[in-house]
Amino acid sequence: MKKDTLDYEALLPEVDERLKKSCSKEQEQLFYNNLKEAGFTRRDFLKWTSMITAALTLPPIFEPRVAKAVAAIAPRPTVIWLHFAECTGCTESFIRNINPSIERVIFDTINLAFHDTLMMASGKRAEEALESAIAKYKGSYILVVEGGIPTKDNGIFLRIGTNAETGLHRLKRISKDAKYIVNFGTCSSFGGVQAAYPNPTGAKGVHDILGCEVVNVSGCPPNSVNMIGTLVHILLFDRVPPLDLSYRPIWAYGGRIHDNCERRAHFDAGEFVEEWGDEGAKKGWCLYKMGCKGPLTYNNCPRYRFNQSTNWPVGAGHGCIGCSEPDFWDTMAPFEEPNDKAGIRIPAFGGVEATSDAIGELVTGITIGAVGVHAAGSIIRAKAEKKKKEEEKEEKNKNDQNNTGENK
Amino acid sequence: MAKAQKEVNQHLVVDPITRIEGHLRIEVNIKNGKVTDAWSSGTLWRGIEPILQGRDIRDGGLLAQRICGVCTYSHYEGNTMATEVALGIRPPTNARLIRNLINAAQFMQDHIVHFYALHSLDWADIGGALKADPQKAADLAYEFSKTPYNASVAHYREVKEKLAKFVASGQLGPFANAYIGNPLYKMTPEADLITISHYLDALQIQVILGQMKAIYGAKDPHPQTLVIGGISSVMDLLDPNRLAEYKYKLDNVHNFIKNAYLPDIDMLTHFYKDEFVKGWGIGNYNFLSYGGFPETNDWEAKYRYLPQGVVYEGNLNIFEPTVDEKSITETVAHSWYEGPKVGLYPGIEETIPQYTGLNPDNTVKGDGKYSWVKAPRYKRKVMEVGPLARWVVGYATNHKDMRKRVDEFLKKHNAKFEQMYSTVGRTVARALDTDYICDGAYIFIKDLIANLKQGDESTWTRFEFPKEETNACVALVEAPRGSLGHFVTIKGKTITHYQVVVPSTWNASPRDEIGQKGAYEASLIDLPVPDPNEPLEILRTIHSFDPCLACAVHLIDTDSGKLRKFKVEV
Repeated sequence: MKKDTLDYEALLPEVDERLKKSCSKEQEQLFYNNLKEAGFTRRDFLKWTSMITAALTLPPIFEPRVAKAVAAIAPRPTVIWLHFAECTGCTESFIRNINPSIERVIFDTINLAFHDTLMMASGKRAEEALESAIAKYKGSYILVVEGGIPTKDNGIFLRIGTNAETGLHRLKRISKDAKYIVNFGTCSSFGGVQAAYPNPTGAKGVHDILGCEVVNVSGCPPNSVNMIGTLVHILLFDRVPPLDLSYRPIWAYGGRIHDNCERRAHFDAGEFVEEWGDEGAKKGWCLYKMGCKGPLTYNNCPRYRFNQSTNWPVGAGHGCIGCSEPDFWDTMAPFEEPNDKAGIRIPAFGGVEATSDAIGELVTGITIGAVGVHAAGSIIRAKAEKKKKEEEKEEKNKNDQNNTGENK
Repeated sequence: MAKAQKEVNQHLVVDPITRIEGHLRIEVNIKNGKVTDAWSSGTLWRGIEPILQGRDIRDGGLLAQRICGVCTYSHYEGNTMATEVALGIRPPTNARLIRNLINAAQFMQDHIVHFYALHSLDWADIGGALKADPQKAADLAYEFSKTPYNASVAHYREVKEKLAKFVASGQLGPFANAYIGNPLYKMTPEADLITISHYLDALQIQVILGQMKAIYGAKDPHPQTLVIGGISSVMDLLDPNRLAEYKYKLDNVHNFIKNAYLPDIDMLTHFYKDEFVKGWGIGNYNFLSYGGFPETNDWEAKYRYLPQGVVYEGNLNIFEPTVDEKSITETVAHSWYEGPKVGLYPGIEETIPQYTGLNPDNTVKGDGKYSWVKAPRYKRKVMEVGPLARWVVGYATNHKDMRKRVDEFLKKHNAKFEQMYSTVGRTVARALDTDYICDGAYIFIKDLIANLKQGDESTWTRFEFPKEETNACVALVEAPRGSLGHFVTIKGKTITHYQVVVPSTWNASPRDEIGQKGAYEASLIDLPVPDPNEPLEILRTIHSFDPCLACAVHLIDTDSGKLRKFKVEV
């Protein structure tokens, strides 16, 4: 049975001991120098630290420890990042980090020993770099996987390297000596877009192939906060964060989009966008009727948004498509129509939706810890009914007025 | 090096080709240190098209954009526009301009990430940078720009020290096994240092460009704002702060392009003048551009900010100003699919996988099938697409602005237009493209403000789902890497047939039925490979195309594992 939370306070002495052992003054100095040079102040960094600490749902007492772990741990933990059947969107999302920027990540926080898209060497030299990293950091490296793995016909749809090793074989071989396996994106987590019906290549997620414990940082692509946060958790605690039944970190995927959505009040008030570009769209009303899958999706997008909080799909007036849920391409589609399977009743039609647990079971076949907000369901329902009555009354008045107008 | 040259005949496999998008293998024959023959093989197959078939047309763009996480917006736009063609609708002015603004950010981001993160280390030697004199580096920077970007003795000293410490740490990360000291590197240590310093700056700039895409596009990669008939980011459109935010960030990027990117390209051309003049890395002399950034709401090809056209045999006089989509064919003679050897129009071709494997020594069967990439041809000819093709076409159309930029560049370097067809020229064209599109973004902003001032707030065109099946409808657009065509057939709410012919399929194509080499393959012939362990010139040339293999290898039609035939009336 998985534990929903760790007793982080109890882990404090362990973390302190670990930081004492593995932090280097030189590394820390270098980090802060680089930070300054890149135009960030120590204050900027501490702001980021408190953001990531909050994102990880850690008590504030961890803030200085997160800073220490990111800035000073030496030698830097080795990351081997493999690409399988993918679009490189996760790498692109990862390099859109600003604080720490990719430069910081490469130079100061992790030892990125192999990464197709960013590494210098090609061909045989690249393969040598990979093999030597595996040998040198055997049992201690973090394996980051991007992309689904084609399995049909023994995986011939992806062959990599001078020896034309199949992706399937490569994953099995290199995962063996990894200390942690972290899947960035919905593809490596659950198969992703190439695994959508009819899944011509038999693409699968890493857990479905290896069966061992993995961390699924899902999303298409995942928010860089979720990727970095997961790495920071491993850096700080030397263990993976508590996971849900889809192996997603609960700190990131424990809450529903719908419950934290900036347009939620409009849902409760029964105010909906009815078609693209209408008055409701201009006023930022709820996108449920335009097919928003926020009520079915577990992620922290509303809180952290994307690209340094510049925007997010619901902010840009488009419904959530549920991209961090398993098989969302098939279970959530069509994306511009409400998903009837979830049994959501919208307030305008006289009721609040089913509980998050029931929805979780229906759509993804899993149950995640109940979301407290819904204890208040009955209150919201009462409010909605009151609102509905008021609206009816208002409409009646309006009609009456109109009629009078016409009569004149 | 001398030792390697003694081996007269060699077959070299370069796999993985890194610093690209997706999975690519290059095999070459080398004789006396020079490439004599080459094969380009896409080694991954994903099957996005059959997945698209049978889906709601309104989901098409979101799914199609997952073809690529780099030029993600391009596929989103391609799908959406093709569907709009099928429905006979066009989005309103606001939507067209917002799309152009997102697309402009997409182009600049793609080009800057490509040149700095994926390509610049083919030209600049990290080892050299460690030997640079920061004072001399600062002086050099001022030789190529009056106001060089982030250039000071103190800054260069810091970058150098940082590099030194990084190397001393022993954990080289992505720079492990770099080709330090390879004789093909020709820059001075100071130029190396400047380039690497801008490599680090560019990482910050691409973050800003991601934000610019997200302002109206929700997020980057994989934006979520296009809907059939318009855009969804209505609040962002109507909020003047958002436009100011976009413009402010654009100014930052503009500064980087003018004072880092363009001077770096001048510097690169200066140090690699020989390669430029000799024309290393020429493809096959035929250039195709569909044109991009519609300037009118009816999307007429002649009113696009990037022009449309075809140039044959590297001769600007053999020029066709419009592209006829019916002249596009794809052959599978050397691709892992069943089918007739002669190329067919994408709308009517069948795609049946036929994996025939490799030789026992794991090399490709060069005479047989050897790639998941098909071979598209235009009027049966191999075409190069991408920034270089756009600028050759632009030059041939007598596009005033584009001609002026090219002529200025050529004059500065005392070079002829024909020399642009090379590896260096391709890299130059990408920088000119970035600068030109940056200027375009300012125009789109101006147009958008003018339109909003008129009180036009419309963002979407209403449409009805067609009861009868439509013909195959095509959107021909430009992606950063080149010409992109989405072909869609719909009935009611459903996609009934889908095909995409993407930029990298053109460039990375294997041979066709009459043995014509693809653009990558042709461009590699005669390149020097003094040390097969460090195939720097091969990487330089392949990278100059900005390969995107995830795009190129999605072409397959199957149904639940069973093969399915599609016939489309055209």
